[in-house]
Amino acid sequence: MSTDTSQQQDFYAAPGDTSQGRVFTVTGQDWDSITQSIGDAAEERVVVNMGPQHPSTHGVLRLILELEGETVTEARCGIGYLHTGIEKNMEYRSWVQGTTFCTRMDYLSPFYNEMAYVLGVERLLDIEDDIPEKAEVMRVLLMELNRISSHLVCIATGGMEIGALTVMTIGFRERELVLDLFELITGLRMNHAFIRPGGVAQDLPPGALDEIRDFIVLMKKRLPEYAALCNANPIFKGRLDGVGHLDLAGCLALGMTGPVLRSTGYAWDLRKTQPYSGYEDYDFEVQTWDTCDSYGRFRIRLNEMWESLKIVEQAVDRLAGLEGAPVMVGDKKIAWPSQLSIGSDGMGNSLDHIRHIMGESMEALIHHFKLVTEGFRVPAGQAYVPIESPRGELGAHVVSDGGTRPFRAHFRDPSFTNLQATSVMSEGGMVADVIVAIASIDPVMGGVDR
Amino acid sequence: MSDDKTDDKTDANESARPAEERNLEAAKDRTGTGSGVEQAAPDQSPENVPAPTGEVRSVGERRGMFGTSGTGDTSGYGGLVSATVFPAPSQKPYGGWFDEVSDALEARLEATDLMSAIESVVVHRGEITFHVRREDLPFVGQMLRDDEALRFELCSGVSGVHYPDDTGRELHAVYHLTSMTHNRRIRVEVTAPDSDPHIPSLVSIYPTLDWHERETFDMFGLIFDGHPALTRVLMPDDWPGHPQRKDYPLGGIPVEYKGGSIPPPDQRRSYN
Repeated sequence: MSTDTSQQQDFYAAPGDTSQGRVFTVTGQDWDSITQSIGDAAEERVVVNMGPQHPSTHGVLRLILELEGETVTEARCGIGYLHTGIEKNMEYRSWVQGTTFCTRMDYLSPFYNEMAYVLGVERLLDIEDDIPEKAEVMRVLLMELNRISSHLVCIATGGMEIGALTVMTIGFRERELVLDLFELITGLRMNHAFIRPGGVAQDLPPGALDEIRDFIVLMKKRLPEYAALCNANPIFKGRLDGVGHLDLAGCLALGMTGPVLRSTGYAWDLRKTQPYSGYEDYDFEVQTWDTCDSYGRFRIRLNEMWESLKIVEQAVDRLAGLEGAPVMVGDKKIAWPSQLSIGSDGMGNSLDHIRHIMGESMEALIHHFKLVTEGFRVPAGQAYVPIESPRGELGAHVVSDGGTRPFRAHFRDPSFTNLQATSVMSEGGMVADVIVAIASIDPVMGGVDR
Repeated sequence: MSDDKTDDKTDANESARPAEERNLEAAKDRTGTGSGVEQAAPDQSPENVPAPTGEVRSVGERRGMFGTSGTGDTSGYGGLVSATVFPAPSQKPYGGWFDEVSDALEARLEATDLMSAIESVVVHRGEITFHVRREDLPFVGQMLRDDEALRFELCSGVSGVHYPDDTGRELHAVYHLTSMTHNRRIRVEVTAPDSDPHIPSLVSIYPTLDWHERETFDMFGLIFDGHPALTRVLMPDDWPGHPQRKDYPLGGIPVEYKGGSIPPPDQRRSYN
């Protein structure tokens, strides 16, 4: 573009200060004039901005690619387009309200965000051993259902990006079933804020276990469809085999965890190595592959969904024997004062409780008021509790100064860390493979930018 | 009360002490534990006396109870002052594998005449924190990664914390390290004053810290010396200030609702 246009008034950005090279702004239907104006300079290196609004970059990820023909010589990520200051906001809300914020980070795995944060708070409160069994089983159940829905989106969008639209449609079809279960249990399809310090927000609704059992039966029929569509599909394999290669040494140097690390054959899964929330009581296998590439990561995700189904089955069986058991810690100074219930407009205080505090017990009203407005205090200190999210190690560094609000909450999001591998995975390859490599990392920009 | 008095507890002494002190002691005996705050109290039973070398630092204090100041608080709690005290440094033995790690670390540091690299060790809630002098961070980091007895191969990133009242060490950088070989997890904490916010970069040892250090710079203004390209990563390049610092306001505008005006969250009256 000529300098004239760059000095035009732009409400959203100051005039750019590009000091070298020519900048072409492509606005559509102007390809001819641009190629003509390039003229002899076509031999120069070409730097292409892909995104931040590109359908195949998983949300608002901006890729800056230097190309030589169709070969990528350098690839860099531009992130931050979805930065919402969730960590800063949490410092101005009570400890319980924090779950409402962090659940919105990685929007494809909300329960994991809540879980990492809540485990940190519980460690600081020193109530890790007091969490009721039913709450722990429900947490595992929800997390594993969430792993299925998250992996489904990864496989679905990954398929769509290489043109396998059927994978996308069936992926979202099954994910919808999981979201229906979430809606039944928590009242919301996303952003649940259901896992709270001390337990979970409320008990399972009647009939939930039957719905989950039906879902398991259905999934056992549907999951083989993905294998039949993709596993040996020559086009699918041609696009994924050997793409996005990263070996074990590279993974450790770059801090990669999750399916990317396991695709090198290393069975590192925090659910097995450092169990939390009673994962040691469940029977499941850590899935690995030994090809270090996108295809291996796809197969790992597919297999992990089967393992998650196994865990869900076991959790449902355990929950069947825990009817009526408490789902919140017994300490009334921490537990939410009222039993919540799901109404037509989502989750809220149960009417029985309102009747009780408004009509029967002044003390209960005071207690409710104190706990809801002020919240509880968390002893000073810091904790870091990592969990195995669908994308890898998700940890919350929670710092308290002894007050009613987090002094600092920092999330080590696996998407943020893993996205650093973009350069290593895609440089030297084709432009089209950049998409596949990034899809195999499965970054969620809500988690990357927070 | 001086140390020799704590040691000889005769009945005469017992009766001579103020009643509330005895009550405190009795309460201690019943619970058998004391939080970090209580350990700072001058008179305690021997098993609860904090480590003599452990320096208990107060990093700020909270006043009142309802977030108001001046004449607005008629609750009677306005004069309340409580210090913010983080867990005090621990003394050996730390218990379990904590001792193996710290012994291995000390052995290596002794061999290189760097015993003062570790300022203190805090064991709290089953996690161990090594406070490392900032100029020795690269050396300690290299050793933590490479030493056979340590082998902390995976770094889970760095997280900044801003303690505006911790004079002389306002900015903290907190690293979480995992040893996959030994299945252990430690925390390394480094501090820098606001006036000199420099910390050596660990990118050459843990390349994963590239973006993490950029984020901490972006959010706290901590400058990681030796980072290959320390630029903002989440905020726009031309953003003024470092948003996660405590002196940076949350921002926001008042919201009107049914005729009332609700101030933004950081200006609302709230408990502290």
